[in-house]
Amino acid sequence: MASYLTRRLMLMAVTLFGISVIIFFLLRVVPGNIVDILFDSAGMVNPAEKVKIERELGLDKSIPVQYLAWIGGIAQGDLGYSYVSEKPAIDEIAPRIPVTAKLAAMALIFSIALGIPLGVISAVKQNSGADYALRVLSLAGLSMPAFWLGLLILMVFVARFGTIPIYTEPAKNLWDELLLYSVPAIAVGFRSSALIMRLTRSSMLEVLRQDYIRTARAKGASAQAVNYDHALRNALLPVVTIVGIEAAFLIGGLIVTETVFNIPGVARFLVEAIRTRDYPIVQNLVMFIAIVVVAVNFLVDLTYAALDPRIKYAE
Amino acid sequence: MAISEPGAEVAEPFAVELKRAGLGATGLRGGIGHFVRRHPLGAAGTIIMGVFVLGALLADLITIYDPLQTDSALSLAPPNAAHWMGADFMGRDIYSRIVYGARISLAVGIGSTLLGCIFGAAIGLSSGYLGGWVDLIAQRVIDILQALPLLVLALVMAAALGPSLRNTIIAIAIPLIPSVARVIRSNTLALRELPFVEAARAIGMSEFRIAVRHVLPNTLAPVIVLATAQLGAAILTEASLSFLGLGIPEPYPSWGRMLSESAAEYVRTAPWLVIFPGAAISLTVFGTNLLGDALRDILDPRQRS
Repeated sequence: MASYLTRRLMLMAVTLFGISVIIFFLLRVVPGNIVDILFDSAGMVNPAEKVKIERELGLDKSIPVQYLAWIGGIAQGDLGYSYVSEKPAIDEIAPRIPVTAKLAAMALIFSIALGIPLGVISAVKQNSGADYALRVLSLAGLSMPAFWLGLLILMVFVARFGTIPIYTEPAKNLWDELLLYSVPAIAVGFRSSALIMRLTRSSMLEVLRQDYIRTARAKGASAQAVNYDHALRNALLPVVTIVGIEAAFLIGGLIVTETVFNIPGVARFLVEAIRTRDYPIVQNLVMFIAIVVVAVNFLVDLTYAALDPRIKYAE
Repeated sequence: MAISEPGAEVAEPFAVELKRAGLGATGLRGGIGHFVRRHPLGAAGTIIMGVFVLGALLADLITIYDPLQTDSALSLAPPNAAHWMGADFMGRDIYSRIVYGARISLAVGIGSTLLGCIFGAAIGLSSGYLGGWVDLIAQRVIDILQALPLLVLALVMAAALGPSLRNTIIAIAIPLIPSVARVIRSNTLALRELPFVEAARAIGMSEFRIAVRHVLPNTLAPVIVLATAQLGAAILTEASLSFLGLGIPEPYPSWGRMLSESAAEYVRTAPWLVIFPGAAISLTVFGTNLLGDALRDILDPRQRS
């Protein structure tokens, strides 16, 4: 187990290092840096001024030197400065993280609360009308872009209440906050719930074919006991792994949903920073996302091993 | 069967059973009939996809208005007899833009899926067949590409390459590589130990030829299943990129971009600008998903649900 952990942690470090290199160089092959854009839009033509600003931002140095400066800074807790606001990148990014984290958590809770029961119903009543309806519904959920679902929800709100529930200011109390996040959380989580439902269904069907389920039935256990005590507990194991896939999946939904609902989280901030060519923000945010995805997947693998004694990480 | 078991099929007379399994379904008509009976949802998906592909191909014939033609008199016109889906802020006909938008969506979807599959196949095949350090490096590259969500990687790629049709295809293709590479690699690992590979080697065939002519074709079934699923993902990603303003540039009529033009505002004033493009995206992806599920059942029996 210890050697497995060391090996795994080293591979994670290699992956994150690779991402940092790729992102950094990718952002710098873009023709035209922030200084060019500033000068184009301001119509300023003084080349000496331009050179001075480029030096201040460290853009006059070679790209590998800039990369080392960035990584060296991260090691010391210095993420550099935003080109746009000129504030430290950490001060721009950190306050936005809890907003996105809350939204993601609510979306995840919603998707589990909806996906697992529907998946179980669909499996227990396999090939019934309800099963077909749920399967088609889940496929439809996977087919809708999250931003369109968000817009449709806004449309319903306009028709019913005449207002749009978009984020205007931080909520005053916990209840308001829950209300504020619940609508976008549904828009993000619906797609994930479809995924969870499909996985729960196929996992449940797999388990229901096992011998020990037959044994339980033969002993005269009620359908209720067989389905929930014997089957569901085992069927949920693979569903745990989906949380790892979800981490990557949810982030895509968060990016577009935060844009639709005007939520000031990190996901929308990434899009803004990409638009304004604010490299220090973009590279740090992408690294942050990569760390989250890699860490979640690692934790999921460990949880899976802890829950299923048949799985041993040797080597 | 005496034991009632959810999921078990009720025993039927053999003749019916055999007919259901496809016996006697000969020729094209029989084959299609069998597909429709066994996979009604897959058939529905095929029809949906067929409608969009035909619409994209025959766009010139089935639209009256130029999708780029602006007309200030028609600005935000609601759906009416002449413009069934209404007109956008610039007075462009929504129906025409959706029909021509199918070209963009399908071109980007199919283009990036093909590109992703070709590169994924090349990486997966060489990594699985050659093993050793090639495999080691390929695995790390795949790890790196997989640690970033599809949309994030596509966003950064699109920003780095600049907005254009070709660049959007590339930006979406690259995040699709890892899953194809993994599937082909794991299949190749199993296939290269099989006797027919040994036989090919024994008659003096070159390793490259064995890999491409004998191993690769045997990995195609799972790749076709995966590619169908990825086609839907690629179309959704294009829509998201264009929605965020980093995908297909103006003046191309992209479904995602049609929604981006301050869509949250039109929710109140002109809902037809929001409903139709989103419905087009969802329906197309729904079609690919239905087809993908049916193909998985047919081509990949291990995953049969």
